[in-house]
Amino acid sequence: MPRNVNIWYRIDKVTVFLFLLMMIVGWFNIYAAVYNEEHKDILDFSQRYGKQFIWVIAAIVLAVLVVIIDTRFYLFFAWGVYAVLVILLILVLFFGKEVNGARSWFQIGPLTIQPSEFAKFATALALAGYLNNHKGELTRLRVILPAAAIIFLPALLTAKQPDMGSTVVFFSFFIVLFREGMSPYIFVSGLLMIILFFLTLLMDNLLLGLILVALAFFLTWFVTRKTKLSFTGLGIILLIGGSLFALDHFVLRSIGNEYILIITLILAGLAFAYYIYQKKAMSILVIYLFLLGSIIYINSVDFAFNNLLKPHQRERVEIMLGFKSDPHGTGYNLNQSLISIGSGGFGGKGYLQGTQTKFKFVPAQSTDFIFCTVGEEWGFVGSFVTVGLYLFLLLRLIKLAERQRSVFSRIYGYGVVSVLFTHFFINIGMTIGIVPVIGIPLPFFSYGGSSLWGFTILLFIFLRLDASRTEYLI
Amino acid sequence: MKDLYSTRKYLIMAIVVLASLALVVKLFIIQVVQDTYRLSADNNVLRYVTQYPARGLIYDRNGELIVYNQAAYDLMVIPSQTSKIDTTLFCQDLGITKDVFLERMKAARNYSGRAPSIFLKQISAESYARFQEKIFMFPGFYVQPRTLRKYSRPVAAHLLGYVSEVDEAQIKKDPYYKPGDYIGKLGIEEAYEKELRGTKGVKIFLVDVYSRVKGSYAGGMMDTVAVQGNDIVASIDLGLQEYGEKLMQNKTGSIVAIEPSTGEILALVSSPNYDPALLVGRVRSENFSRLSADTLLPLFNRAFMASYPPGSTFKPIIGLIALQEKVIVPSTTFGCSNGYLFVGCHSHSSPLNLKGAVMNSCNSYFCQTFRKVLENPAYGTISEAYEKWRSYLTEFGFGKKLDTEFVNELPGLIPPATYFDRYHGINGWKALTVISLAIGQGEIGTTPLQMANMTAAIANRGYYYTPHIVKSTGNLQGIDERFRRKHEIHIDSANFEEIIQGMEAAVNGGAGATARIAAMEDIIVCGKTGTAQNSQGEKDHSVFVAFAPKDKPVIAIAVYVENSGFGATYAAPVASLMIEKYIKKEIGEASKWKEQRMLELNLTGRAAQR
Repeated sequence: MPRNVNIWYRIDKVTVFLFLLMMIVGWFNIYAAVYNEEHKDILDFSQRYGKQFIWVIAAIVLAVLVVIIDTRFYLFFAWGVYAVLVILLILVLFFGKEVNGARSWFQIGPLTIQPSEFAKFATALALAGYLNNHKGELTRLRVILPAAAIIFLPALLTAKQPDMGSTVVFFSFFIVLFREGMSPYIFVSGLLMIILFFLTLLMDNLLLGLILVALAFFLTWFVTRKTKLSFTGLGIILLIGGSLFALDHFVLRSIGNEYILIITLILAGLAFAYYIYQKKAMSILVIYLFLLGSIIYINSVDFAFNNLLKPHQRERVEIMLGFKSDPHGTGYNLNQSLISIGSGGFGGKGYLQGTQTKFKFVPAQSTDFIFCTVGEEWGFVGSFVTVGLYLFLLLRLIKLAERQRSVFSRIYGYGVVSVLFTHFFINIGMTIGIVPVIGIPLPFFSYGGSSLWGFTILLFIFLRLDASRTEYLI
Repeated sequence: MKDLYSTRKYLIMAIVVLASLALVVKLFIIQVVQDTYRLSADNNVLRYVTQYPARGLIYDRNGELIVYNQAAYDLMVIPSQTSKIDTTLFCQDLGITKDVFLERMKAARNYSGRAPSIFLKQISAESYARFQEKIFMFPGFYVQPRTLRKYSRPVAAHLLGYVSEVDEAQIKKDPYYKPGDYIGKLGIEEAYEKELRGTKGVKIFLVDVYSRVKGSYAGGMMDTVAVQGNDIVASIDLGLQEYGEKLMQNKTGSIVAIEPSTGEILALVSSPNYDPALLVGRVRSENFSRLSADTLLPLFNRAFMASYPPGSTFKPIIGLIALQEKVIVPSTTFGCSNGYLFVGCHSHSSPLNLKGAVMNSCNSYFCQTFRKVLENPAYGTISEAYEKWRSYLTEFGFGKKLDTEFVNELPGLIPPATYFDRYHGINGWKALTVISLAIGQGEIGTTPLQMANMTAAIANRGYYYTPHIVKSTGNLQGIDERFRRKHEIHIDSANFEEIIQGMEAAVNGGAGATARIAAMEDIIVCGKTGTAQNSQGEKDHSVFVAFAPKDKPVIAIAVYVENSGFGATYAAPVASLMIEKYIKKEIGEASKWKEQRMLELNLTGRAAQR
C-alpha cells in the first residue's frame, strides 16, 4: 500500500538515528563494563554484552513491527493495552520472582520480563486516549481526578513491588497534564512539596515554619501593597503566638513548639477570616491556606519519613543529603560511582582502560550505573556528549510533539518525553550524587531486555503517530 | 481545536534544559575541577590486611613459660592484581620450582580472582627479607605476618594440644574464622581457644595498581587493632612434667598427679609422647601422618583416653564402702588360703584385719568384704545392694566423665545392675558371679585420671574438686565455676582414716608391705599397688596410686606402666620419685638408684626416643 512506503519516508530520521546511535554506544559501554581480559569472543552469549547484542537486534525488529502497525490500532487499543498491563502489574506481585527484596519480574523459561517497563507506554497511551476525549477540560476536577487515577494506579502497583524508581517515573506524567492545561498550581504545589520535604529533613521544623510565616507576609505585602495591613496581620500572629508560648513555657509545659505555631495560625486565621470575608481578598486567603497547609505538611514529613519509607530508602536519602557517610555500606554505590566518574578527568582514561570499571568497583555497572563507564573511560567530554545526546533527543521529541495536529499524538508524545526525561535525569543524577540512589535504567544504554524493548516501543509508537501526522486521526 | 496552552512548551523545554545543565555543571565539578576522585581512583585498590593477634601464652603454675609465639610469614596473592612477572627470579627467591608456581597460581585463581589466598605458607625469614626488597616487581603478591607456637621445653604435648588451620566445619560453626586462620586442637589450646585466640584486627591500605602500599585508607580510621590473646596459667609444674616424661621414656603408660586441695593437675604424662614442636607450622602434616602411623600410638593420650581394670588399687574403695555400709569394722578379719574360693592370692600372713589387708593387698579379704556388701540383708535384692555400692563409686567420679577441660575423656565403665540382669537374668546372678570386681578385675574400666582423682579424694578424706589443667586465665582471673565446686562423698572421714592407715602401712609398714620401694625417710607416703591384668594376654600392667604427705597431702598420683608386671616393680618407684621431685624439688642420694633403674628401663624395645 502506498501508505506504508510513505510511512518509512515520513518517519523522523533524526530520532531514529539518535536511537540507533544510543543503542550502539550503550552496547560498547556495556562491553567495557563487563569486560574481562580473559573473554575472547565478542559474541559470547553467556556474557551480558552478548545478550545485549541480541536485545539490540530484537529491539530493531520490534521498532520495525511497531511502525508497521496501523496508527489506529494504537488509538483503539490504548485502553486494552493499559488494562492488560495493569493486570500484569497485579499478577507480578503474586507470581513474580523475588529479586533483591522486590517482586518485579516474571520468569518465563530462560527469560525474565519486567511488566513495569511496558506499563510506561501503556499509561502514556491510556492517558492520551482519555485526555483526547476531554480536550481542554483539565481545569475541572471532574477530569483531573480520573487522569490522576490513570497515573496513580500503575504507580501504586509498582510501589508495592517495591520499585520506587518506576513509581517516580509514573508520577512524571503530571508533566503531560501540565502541558494539557492542568493548573500550574498543582504542579507548583507538587514541586514545593518535594522541596519542602528535603528542607524539612535538613532544617529544624520550627525554624522552617517561622521562615515560611515570614515569607507569607512578604508575599501578602507584595500582592496587596498594603504595608499597614501586612504588618497588622504579622502583629496579630506574633501576639497570639507570643502569648501561647509564654503560657506553655511558664505554666503548661506540655505543648511542643511546633504545635504552638499551628494553633497560633489557626487562631490568627479566625481573626483574618473576618477581613477576608469582608474584602473578598482571595489572594490573602490563598496565601494563608498555603501557609497553614505547608506547616502541617512539614510536621508530617518526619512521620512519613520514619514510618513510610523502608530503612534502606531512608538511608539513601540521608546519604544524599550528607547526613550519613557510609562508604562501605549503603553509600558504597554512590562513593564508587563518584570515584569512577570523577577519575575520568577531562578526556577519560580511554576505552577499556577504566581501572574502576576493570576492577569491578562499581556494583550494577552494566545496568543502573552504566553511566560510570562513560564517565570514567570517556571523561568529561564523553559525559558532556552523552548528556547532550539526551538533551537533543528530548528537545527533538518536544518539537515533534508540538507539530502534531492530533491531540492524542501530542499527548502521547509528551508522555514519551516525560518518561525519557525522568529516566535520564534520575539515572545520571544518581550516579553523580544529586539525586538519591534510585535504581532505574538509562534508556537505550543500560543492559536489559525489558527496559530496552519498553523504551523502543514507547518511542516508536510515537514515531509512527508522528509519521502519520498529516492524516487526520480523530 | 485550539491549543490554549501551547506556550507551556517553553516552560517544559526550560526544565529539560536546566536539568541537563545541572548535570553538566556537577559533572564538570567532579571530573575537571576536583582532584579528589582521581586520586581516590588511583588508590582505590584497597587491600585488607588481617592483623593476626599473637596467641595467648601459657605458663606453668610457678610462672615459668611453657608456650610462646614465633613470627612466621605467609606469602599471599590476589590473582586479579597480578600480571606477567619474572617467574624465574620469583621462584629462585622463594626456593620453589616453576611447576609449583604454576600449580599454586592455578589453585589461587580457582579459589577467587579477587580475594587473597595463601600462595606459600610460612616462608623463611630470609625468603621474606629477600622478597620484600623486590616486591614491586611482583604485583599482586604481599606478605602476611603470622605467629606460630614455640615451646620452651619439648614436653607436655598431650596436655597442651597443638594449633592447626581451621577446617570448614569449624568455620561454619563460628564465622569468626576465615580459611587460613589457626585454631587450637586438643588439650589447653582447644579448651581455652576463645581465651587464647585474641581478636583479629584489620588494616586497610590503599594500594596502587603496582601493588605498592600508598598509605592507610581513610587515614586509618576504619582500621581495627588486633587484641592479643589472653595468657593462661596452667596448673602443671613444668619441672615435674618434664621429669615424669623422662622417667616414662621407652615405656608405655601414663602418670597423673593432682593437688588434692584444689583439683589442679600437677602433671599429666602419657607415654610414648612426642615433641610438640613437631606439630608446628609447615612440618605439621607430615609429622602428624608419621605419628599417626606409629604402632605405639604416641598421639593417644593414655591418661584419660585409655580405660584399664584398676586391679588391686581398687581395694581401698572396696574397704571404704564396706566400712560405710557397716558390713565390716576395721578389726574384722578374714582368712586367706592363698586365695578365696576360685580367686588366688599371693602368700602372706593370715588372717588379716583391714589395715593388714590393704598393706598386704590380700585378695581374699576384699572378696569376702565385697560379698558382704552385696549380700547385705538391709537390701532386698542383690541389684539394690549392687546399685548402692555403685552409687558410691559414682560419687568418687567413676563410670562417668569427670568433666575436665579435655574434650575426649573416657568415662570408664562401672556396669549397672541391669547389665548383669541382662546377661544372667534378673536375680540370676549373685555376689560370686561378680566377685572379681572386688579386686578391680572383670567388667570394670577406669582411667588413670579417675584413679588419681580417687586418690585425691582419699587424701582429702572425703571430697574432691574436679581435676583441671588451668589455674587461671588472663581476663577472668579465675576458672570455670565447676572447678570450684566440692564433690562430697558420703563416707565418714573416720572411715577414710582407717583406710589411709592401711595405705600408709602398704608403703611404710615393713615386711609384707607391697610398696616398700616407695617409702621415703622424711615423707610419709600412703599408697596402694595394683597389678592390672592385661586382657590382651600380654604381661600385666604395673599400677600404683599414692598421696603424700599423709597429713596435709599436697600431691595425689596415679602411675600406670603397661606390660611390666607387678605394681611394686615399676609403677611404685616412679610414683615415689615423682613425689620426691615435687616435694623436695630434687632427688636425694638415697633414691638415685631408683631413678637410674627407671631411666634405663626400656620396655618398648626401641632405641631411645629422644
